[in-house]
Amino acid sequence: MKVGILALQGGFAAHARMLTGVGVDPVLVRTPADLDGIAGLVLPGGESTAMLTGLARDGLEAPLRSWARSGRPALGTCAGAILLAHAVTHPAQRSCDALDVDVERNAYGTQLDSFAAVVDAGGAFPALRAIFIRAPRIVRVGRAVEVLAHVAGDPVLVRAGATWAATFHPELGDDERVHRAWLREIS
Amino acid sequence: MHADQESLKVHLAEMLKGGVILDVTNGEQARLAEDAGAAAVMALERVPADIRREGGVARMAAIERIEEVRRAVSIPVMAKCRIGHFAEARVLEALAVDFVDESEVLTPADDQHHIDKRAFRVPFVCGARDLGEALRRIGEGAAMIRTKGEAGSGNIVEAVRHLRQMGRELRELAVAPADERMARAKALGAPYELVAQVAEAGRLPVPNFAAGGIATPADAALCMALGAESVFVGSGIFKSDDPAARARAIVRATTHWRDPAEVLAASRGLGAAMPGLALDALPPTERLASRGW
Repeated sequence: MKVGILALQGGFAAHARMLTGVGVDPVLVRTPADLDGIAGLVLPGGESTAMLTGLARDGLEAPLRSWARSGRPALGTCAGAILLAHAVTHPAQRSCDALDVDVERNAYGTQLDSFAAVVDAGGAFPALRAIFIRAPRIVRVGRAVEVLAHVAGDPVLVRAGATWAATFHPELGDDERVHRAWLREIS
Repeated sequence: MHADQESLKVHLAEMLKGGVILDVTNGEQARLAEDAGAAAVMALERVPADIRREGGVARMAAIERIEEVRRAVSIPVMAKCRIGHFAEARVLEALAVDFVDESEVLTPADDQHHIDKRAFRVPFVCGARDLGEALRRIGEGAAMIRTKGEAGSGNIVEAVRHLRQMGRELRELAVAPADERMARAKALGAPYELVAQVAEAGRLPVPNFAAGGIATPADAALCMALGAESVFVGSGIFKSDDPAARARAIVRATTHWRDPAEVLAASRGLGAAMPGLALDALPPTERLASRGW
């Protein structure tokens, strides 16, 4: 099984290490042709503005948008969650509208406000340690969207069908639970 | 919490991989950089080529200058402090910049000591010419290493020398028997624990970027092929004929460095690059890379 990772800029190598670790072949996606034959797609962290520039430049924006909106398995983390969202603020920018959530960029502040936190008790991933780097915040969750984890009351991991988004970085560290749970959508 | 703090610094560096960090001196240049697809900007008073030409003491940028840059963009903003000038670094931390570059491009404030970067919450990037220098800076708490290259020269030869040297030393260390690591630590002038960690992993424990002399898309592709995980571009953009086109082109070549057809396409229609300096003609006292240890 091949799973693509958008690799224009950002933390794609960490996702590749994690996918390899759970027995999946990662394919780095840099052209529209790279989307052919992948069973799922990871949109990594990084700078969403830099990724949008690259997507437009490389003719990848429309194919990625239709891939993500088709309901095929997609996992967006941090900047990747911003790319999947319905609407983006702070500042406003384009997104794929593949998941019915609104996202505020850099919602916690600068790098000095980056933090690690254990998710609130009672969710689907007990005691998961989540790493937030200049993180976005999910400010609206659509009715069809399920919240899988909160931190301090904010939704930080959400899903609608096989489309998942995390405002933190499950690819950093060695807790594979989020990747494993998302990969179960593919089989 | 301390280990968490150190890893949060490295995690931001991880998110800048595969991107380009551009030197800018005002809000307009910062917007140009963000629109071109830069992953971060470095807010400066003068680009290195101007520092070199105008001489005098080069210091941390004016606060208003850094604030103007930050107002203009949503990507991370970095700023430089002088080597050893921990009070400038504290000011930059209080200003809440996203990254501090303890940089040889500015006039050093301390000829014996670099900043104790573990005492800070803000992450630092530092220049290095070889593995020993990189591990000394990481030992002090640097969350990202970049080659020193020769800033403001438009000449890639020093960055290539530093990337080659780092790669060679990493490979030698990876195959050396474990009982030789202490002697290697001594020869490198680097902390033993870091030497042992790098020997096991085969790579630095923090991202390794290229800087110093990158002026063309092919220069960026060369650095990426030699193991850099991202590139800093200083004078190369705003000392060229068409900064916007050149910035976009270098971003494109950094993403697609493996594909010569992409680097070719990125290399078209850029006008003249910055003129650049032949380094043989540069007296040792004017070489920025020899600042710091």
